[in-house]
Amino acid sequence: MIRALRWLFFAVLVRGIVLVVLGLNVRHRERLPQGGPAILAANHNSHLDTLVLISLLPLSLLPRIRPVAAADYFLRNRWVGWFATRIIGIIPIARARSRPDEDLLAPVQQALERGDIVLFFPEGSRGEPERFKPLKSGIARLVERCPAVPVYPVYLHGLGKALPKGEALLVPFFLDVFVGQPLGFGGDRDGFMAAYRASMDALAAEGGFPPWE
Amino acid sequence: MNLLHLSREVQWVLGGIAVLLVVATAAAWLLQRRRPQADYRELTQRINAWWVMVAVFAAALALGPTWSIVFFAFVSFLALKEFLSLIPTRRADRRVLFWAYLTVPVQYWWVADGYFSMFVLFIPVWGLFIVTARMVLMQETRDFLRAIGTLQWGMLTTVFALSHVAYLLVLPGQTGGPGEGAGLVVYLVLLTELNDVAQYVWGKSLGRRKIVPTVSPGKTFEGLLGGIVTTTVMAVLLAPLLTPLDRWQAVAAGLMIGMGGFLGDITISSVKRDIGVKDSGTLIAGHGGVLDRVNSLMATAPLFFHFIRFFHY
Repeated sequence: MIRALRWLFFAVLVRGIVLVVLGLNVRHRERLPQGGPAILAANHNSHLDTLVLISLLPLSLLPRIRPVAAADYFLRNRWVGWFATRIIGIIPIARARSRPDEDLLAPVQQALERGDIVLFFPEGSRGEPERFKPLKSGIARLVERCPAVPVYPVYLHGLGKALPKGEALLVPFFLDVFVGQPLGFGGDRDGFMAAYRASMDALAAEGGFPPWE
Repeated sequence: MNLLHLSREVQWVLGGIAVLLVVATAAAWLLQRRRPQADYRELTQRINAWWVMVAVFAAALALGPTWSIVFFAFVSFLALKEFLSLIPTRRADRRVLFWAYLTVPVQYWWVADGYFSMFVLFIPVWGLFIVTARMVLMQETRDFLRAIGTLQWGMLTTVFALSHVAYLLVLPGQTGGPGEGAGLVVYLVLLTELNDVAQYVWGKSLGRRKIVPTVSPGKTFEGLLGGIVTTTVMAVLLAPLLTPLDRWQAVAAGLMIGMGGFLGDITISSVKRDIGVKDSGTLIAGHGGVLDRVNSLMATAPLFFHFIRFFHY
């Protein structure tokens, strides 16, 4: 029942908004994973980012797709919580430890071990529209624990214009999506973060978009 | 599908386009077989996209004027969206752009309603006034002139100019029976697109002297001339089937569409060159974006509309 509802929500409503009201220009679509486990790591400007990433993958993979999202924000009340976990399918994670030995990334690791495709926003939260925020190292710690899982850098452009943080009015824009070559862990966290950052910068440079001011 | 909305003549012409596409598809297939090492994928992609575009266009027309108008409104929306995504817009203008989008349903509402004076003045008078007022109230003066200028121009071309195609469907004074308006639309759109293809083919095969090298290095005098002649011949041949134009009026319409299409085409080339992109988008495989496909139509539609209205409606 919930599965059917989730399928309908993404197949009809989300794809309608993402592909018709907005519209995607996807560069290097062929690089996207055919199945899990995998991590799509994208920049974060808008709530729609998650919905766009989900629309990039075929509907047959929908049951496998799990966006990672902040528990304090998305579980703030029952209704939002139900929608976020059941329909969007998020893995809620806490942003701060409640006990010193709490393992915040454990649920994400379990999902990857099940073969899920995890959507991750290394910037942590939505920043200023169309600008990179400093990256947090959570993604590196996650890949260190699952070194066999490929990380696909995805650069999104245009959603900060269409629906930026703090706005409720959706203004249609074509969105540009650039998919990078998958990255492996490679041995150390700093090295991974540098490689990820370099890949995202290269994808952004490929678009060559002027800053939005 | 209910084909009653289309006259026998329009059905014949649409059938003719299908035959043309069959020939093109077969030719591309033969070329690829004859020369397996050469890459004809882009040609095949373009022809396949033509099949889809012709099918959607024909289906919209066959469903009757209302659905055709909805279809053209959607094309306007896509073209405006592509334009606004392409140009550098200001952060302060997000809500202003939303108002600009609202002009699409309103403009096409006047079309569906057959409200001629509103159709002609809504965008240039009301659209200009409302969007300017909204932008001024944002109180962002840096780059104001550029922002208002580009937005107005986008609305005039993608919404106002394109809506003239749709208004052909509801022009009053049609005496040729049901489907006369659809005939005019097919005449205008077919000649405009054929002109694009003809200019390209003549240019590729005979092109020598470049005509506007800084804007569009592929355009040549030979291509332009060949295209205009081809379009004018077709305009004269098709006129008795689809329009009330007499022979000399058809010659004038052909020249107008040939020349107007060329100018519309290189206008969007200028825009793209200014911004620094090759294609306006990736929506239509092998063709680029929507603007790359309707660029000529944005110029030919108002010209042809007022020409035929002056003489016949």
